Amino acid sequence: MADPRGTAVATAAKVSDFDRRNLDWFIDKAIHLLVFVCGISTIIFVLGIFVFVTKEGIGFIFERMDFREFFLSPYWAPSDADAPEYGILALILGTASVTGLAMLVSIPFSLGAAIYIAEFATGKTREALKVLVELLAAIPSVVWGFIGLVIMNPLIIQVFDVPVGLTVLNAGIILGLMAAPIMTSIAEDALKAVPDRYREAAEAMGATRWQVIFKVVLPAAKTGLLGGVLLGVGRGFGETMAVLMSTGHAVNIPGSVFDSVRALTATIAAELGEAAVGEEHYQVLFTIGIFLFLITFIINLTADLIVRGIRKG
Amino acid sequence: MTRVNEMFQASNLNRRNDRIQGLYRMLFGLMTLLLIMPVVIIVATLIYKGGSVISFEFLFTYPTDGMRAGGILPALLGTIWLVTVALLLSVPIGIFAAIYLSEYAGDNWFTRIINLAIINLAGVPSIVHALFGLGAFVIFFRFGTSILAASLTLAIMTMPVVIVATRESLQSVPQAFREACWSMGATRWQTIRRVVLPNAITGILTGVILEVSRTAGETAPIMFTGAVFFTPFLPESVLDQTMALSLHLFVAATQVPGINENIPFGIALVLIGLVLLMNSISIAFRMYLRGKKKW
Repeated sequence: MADPRGTAVATAAKVSDFDRRNLDWFIDKAIHLLVFVCGISTIIFVLGIFVFVTKEGIGFIFERMDFREFFLSPYWAPSDADAPEYGILALILGTASVTGLAMLVSIPFSLGAAIYIAEFATGKTREALKVLVELLAAIPSVVWGFIGLVIMNPLIIQVFDVPVGLTVLNAGIILGLMAAPIMTSIAEDALKAVPDRYREAAEAMGATRWQVIFKVVLPAAKTGLLGGVLLGVGRGFGETMAVLMSTGHAVNIPGSVFDSVRALTATIAAELGEAAVGEEHYQVLFTIGIFLFLITFIINLTADLIVRGIRKG
Repeated sequence: MTRVNEMFQASNLNRRNDRIQGLYRMLFGLMTLLLIMPVVIIVATLIYKGGSVISFEFLFTYPTDGMRAGGILPALLGTIWLVTVALLLSVPIGIFAAIYLSEYAGDNWFTRIINLAIINLAGVPSIVHALFGLGAFVIFFRFGTSILAASLTLAIMTMPVVIVATRESLQSVPQAFREACWSMGATRWQTIRRVVLPNAITGILTGVILEVSRTAGETAPIMFTGAVFFTPFLPESVLDQTMALSLHLFVAATQVPGINENIPFGIALVLIGLVLLMNSISIAFRMYLRGKKKW
């Protein structure tokens, strides 16, 4: 009271009173920076993949590559010392035929399984089925390839009476089984995302369960199902070990499902070990890698846009 | 009275609908069964054919006779090395990245690019990851074909598993918990460390276990970056080459003529046993958690 200056000092807050820059504040900022760096590291990794794969393959693209020959010639003879040929048409068709058959196998089955799990199964059965589907997705691709090699191969030879069992058929079935779990769980999510009031409205109109599913739920979940199929295609396209072991690995334009083929991914896996670093063959394999990266990038981007579309809508 | 009873009796149309419904139910159920049966058949076959070779010696001795006989010790240890080093790299980065996405990032174009990058890391073919590992770690950074190069490749490839699981688990912590903590004057990081992470840690752990399973099963990314067909030495540092279980299965199944035909089945059984065990633990953990959750 006696000293007016003292009260003034006590009541008027100083700027430094509001300065929160103590140790905790600095730790907070440092952590913010750290998690931010880790967050953008994912972008850096994807760019890194593109940059480094391109860096190794670019020599071939600029110096020797003839786009028409590369994509349209079916002759793949990279280790020919005099006149090596680098046409990936047969490899593209190999990958496409196997992926196509895989989709024929897995789309109906995954859709059927997703409908059963989402619309029919209840309680414990549903939980058990979901766990089994998840475990199916966990089997490593090299084990699938092994199954194709030692179980499917003799089975196909016996059942269809053909000389070779390592064919489009074999790889297509294996790949179909591999892609099915992801497609099933995405399709199930898409069916689950259809609001219950749609079902209730249809049932109130006197529709039966299957009418509700076919006329209401499936059309409403259409885009999500498409996204699931696209992710399955991406998976099939990029699968390596299973395809390497079960296709027969013969450069061949497939005429039927009983022909052996060779896939783009499998070619890289099988030949990279033989190619010396920096030589033309090595660069061509990286060029195929760039092609695979771009294709899967586009497939994943499209699938993501579609799936995100339904989540928002 | 009889009229009322008639009203509630199933008409022919009702009966027909019930029949059709039953048929559809059976059809879809059958499809589900057909989809799931292969796992059961595969596991049964592997146990039937590979079970006979699994023994203490098989797991803990070296291959002999040019890999045509003997055990899988170097491959087993190699896989443990690869998984451990890969997890040391991918788990911290993955968890921090997930913390950023869940706790700091806004809903804007930048976050969408990060999400897209995560989807692509998971979606790029494994063989392209192998090319990347070879070009970047083996050649550019001069790690040579080594555990370090292979594990870095594996870590980048499987990181999305940890990120997605951690993000989901962080996001399931109610926002009110954070707000309560902030209103007490805690900083963002204090809130995350004292409130959010303790509530999410078990969910994060399930993601890490899944990551172990994914990393152990991968073959293509390690083929040219650090894993070799055969080496008589056990790895002593991260700059050594190593054998690995998954690659060993490929080699034993395709590159070794005259091998005892049960050996590849044994290797496959060990590999699939390891992977399915990890996944089952993770699933059991998740179910236990769901039962325990209080909010």
